[in-house]
This record gives sequence, C-alpha cells and structure tokens, in this order.
Amino acid sequence: MSTTPPNLPVVSKIKKDTILGMISKSTRVDGRKLSDIRSIEIKTDIIPNANGSAHVKLGRSQVIVGVKAEIGSPYPDTPNEGVLIVNAEFVPLASPTFEPGPPDERAIELARVIDRSLRELKAIELDKLAIIPGKRVWTVFVDIYVIDHDGNLVDASSLGTIAALKTAKIPKAKVEGDDRIELSDSEYMNIPLRSITLTATIAKIDEYLVADPVLEEEAVADTLIIFSLDSEGRITGIQKSGNGYLSSDDVRKALEMAKTMTKIYMSKLP
Amino acid sequence: MSKGSDIKLIDENGRRIDGRSVDEVRPIKIEVGVLKNANGSAIVEIGKTKVLAAVYGPRDPGIRTILLPNRATIRCRYHMAPFSTHERKSPAPSRREIELSKVIREAIEPSVIAEAFPRTTIDIFIEILNADGGTRTAGVTAASLALADAGIPLRDLVAGIAVGKVQDTLVLDINESEDMYGQADMPMAAMPSIGAITLLQLNGVLTEEEFMKALDLGWKGVKTVYEAQKEALRKRYVELKNIEVI
Repeated sequence: MSTTPPNLPVVSKIKKDTILGMISKSTRVDGRKLSDIRSIEIKTDIIPNANGSAHVKLGRSQVIVGVKAEIGSPYPDTPNEGVLIVNAEFVPLASPTFEPGPPDERAIELARVIDRSLRELKAIELDKLAIIPGKRVWTVFVDIYVIDHDGNLVDASSLGTIAALKTAKIPKAKVEGDDRIELSDSEYMNIPLRSITLTATIAKIDEYLVADPVLEEEAVADTLIIFSLDSEGRITGIQKSGNGYLSSDDVRKALEMAKTMTKIYMSKLP
Repeated sequence: MSKGSDIKLIDENGRRIDGRSVDEVRPIKIEVGVLKNANGSAIVEIGKTKVLAAVYGPRDPGIRTILLPNRATIRCRYHMAPFSTHERKSPAPSRREIELSKVIREAIEPSVIAEAFPRTTIDIFIEILNADGGTRTAGVTAASLALADAGIPLRDLVAGIAVGKVQDTLVLDINESEDMYGQADMPMAAMPSIGAITLLQLNGVLTEEEFMKALDLGWKGVKTVYEAQKEALRKRYVELKNIEVI
C-alpha cells in the first residue's frame, strides 16, 4: 500500500518560505539559477568484478551503478532476445529515510522509469544478445545503488546506467557442439547500444520550476516531473512523481528545461 | 514489454479494431455507492475494463507512526484480481502494482482536502476486476468517486484517461491490444475545473509535436470522463433524496 510520506510536516513550512523567497529572486539555496544543474562527476570501471560500472556524483548525490551479464533463458514471448533487468536499491547508508529490506515504492519507481525509457527506445539491441536463439541469451542486470541522497536520484541513476552500459564489456560467447557455450577469457564485446536516453528532473515549487532539485528543494516541492529524452530530442518517457499537480503550461515549460538539461548531461557521458 | 508490430490497428477508414474513431472514448458505465461496508465506493466500466474502488476513512489505522499532525495520511492500494487478465495474475503485489499504487495516490492527493482530518488515515482500495487497457486511469476515476461518495471534501473530481500512439496516429482511450501492439501509452489524470494535471506518465516514444497533441487529446478524454463522473454522482444522490421523501 502506498502511504503519504511523513516528510512534509510543519517544520518544512519555514524552510519552504526561505527557499521560495530565494527562488522568487531567481537564486537557490546552493546559489544556482533556476535552470542550472549541479556539477557532475562520472567515473567508470570502478568495480572490477562487474562487467560495467559507474560512480556518479551529481552535486552531493552519489550513485553507483553495476552492470552484470549472465547467461540465462529468454522470455517465452521474446525467444530471440536478451533480457534487460533494472533494479534499484536505496541502501540505508545513503539517507536516514532509507530502511533495510526489499526495495520500497521509491526505489521501484526509479528503476521502472529508467527501465521503461531504455526499453521503449530499444536503446539496447537485445537481439544481438541472443547466444543460442530460443534457448540461451545474455541477461543484463543493471543494479542501481544509491549511496548518498541529496536529491534528484533519478538523473544521477540515469547517468550512471548509461555510463555503465556504455563501458561494459562482456566475454565473447562461442557455441560448441551440444549447445555447449564457451566464454572467451581474452575477447570481449560491448553491450550493443543503438541510442542513448537520459532523464531530466524538474521540481515544481509553487509557481516556479527548478532544474535538478537538491533534497531540501524536493522536500518542499509540490511535485517532480521527469522527462526522458534521447539524443534526437524525442521523448522516451515521462513520470509525474509527487503529491502536487501541474498545469499544461508547466508541463510545456518543464519540457523546454529538460531539453537543455539532457544536452548537458549527454556531454558529461564517457 | 516493448512495443511496435505489424498488426493492423487502424483500418483504411480510420476506424480502430473495436470500430471507434481515433478520438472516441469507449462506452462508460459508472455506479456510485455499490458496497455496504465501505464509507464510499464506485464501480467504473470503460469498454471491457472494469474497476471497483472503495474508501475507508477518515479513520484511526491503529498504527501511530504513520499519522501526520497537520493532515490526514492517504493510503492507496492498486491491485489486480487474479482473474482480471488473460493469463492468471498472481495475487502477490508485483513491482508494477507497487509503482501504480504510488502514482495513483499522487494523482488523488492534490484533490483531497486532507488538512480537514489530521491524525487519521483515508484508505483507498482499488481492485481491477477486468483489465482491457487504461486500468490505472479507470482506477483514479473510480477512487475519486469513492472519495466523493464517502463525503470527503475534494477540490475537484479527478478523471483519468490514456492516450496512445498506434500506427503513427494518436488515439484516445487505448484498449489492451492497442497498448500491447501500439507505439506509446500516455496515461493522464486531471482536475478539469482547475486545469490541474495530477497524473502524467509516458511509456513509449513521442516527438515533441506528438506530445503536445497527445496532451490536448488527453484533456478531451479527461473532460468526457469527468462529465460521466458528475452524472453518476447526480444519479446516485438524486435517487437517495427521492427515497428520503417517501
């Protein structure tokens, strides 16, 4: 059951006044302009045991993404395609509001937003991940690990996912007699990416729209709107996330901001 | 799963597989106040999609930790009955149902004057009885009516509809085949009288131009559903009034 989160109580009203006061003068708690994103740092290949990995710092939010490829069975309805699985863990070391246990609705929503945009765009050429069509295929696991939460985990995770997928290496598979699969220990292939899509998160705070919100801003925001855009500017996913609402005009303005944001995000990718 | 296929979803005359035009909503049937025990309830049918929603509350949930000092806590569960789909769906909550419970709660939240009931919960239960596309938006439509039936003060009703893209054409109120074999699905819900979009998702790929058109088409559908909601409430409460007179 989904429950109203308890992080919207009375204290935040004072905070909201401060944040709003600044926003109305076109600045923010950390000195940014309304449409500015935070600094981005991406390091890849940081987990030797993973096929691909990335450590993203978006301001003070930090996410590690690990890509692991394993040989498995295809889904019955797509027998000649590899399998993509996106999962997110909000581990308790990242925030006092994260509890140990199975992924909660926030983690599930985040993983599904990223999964959908990749899947709908057919960003990964899953047909090239079949080893023995109909029988054995590569299953690509994208595990998003949030390790420090200072807002906008979706964009940090989306950057990490693409960075890890782009740099991942999986061993070349050779099929011997009797459908035996031999994995090369010297030859590798990349995960076949046809195109790239990244999310851009915008917070609506009163009548204002702000790009890449920090945690304090998220706490007082009416709602977030997340656009996924590909490198050609097509929309590959949308998610309104939060208790408030948006007008059609807000949505249009947010899309304009998202276009600029994803262009900057794209330029930071390895 | 991924979309796009060769199945013909719109014919030469611009008719869809169930005979509708591209901007036509399926027949809507709504009944309010269908359950005895719930404080409010509604059953919504849109084409073959059939959804039952019930509201309990404002009430004391017996769990202190979730109560808020300044407003009611809203809890929402979207659940598909095992017999609602072609292949039996396991009754255990899936990741999809967990996400949709959140998205639906967030679609309803801005409509409820929750400040009127601090330290209580308002519980919304949505059961999908038969799934033929647009179940989350029908769920929002039904939940909003159940809240109204429970007498909970609302800023406006929330009405939902899904816009889709099939064969490069935008269509209103997609059914399951159009969702499965089409190119995009954009569920939307809103409070029409204040122009507030409370649910917006996109599963699929749209150009910016298509998205702007989809938004307009969505508003058209939302308003159609909204009229049906108001009619159902009127019917229910005019009938009640007549009974009291007798």
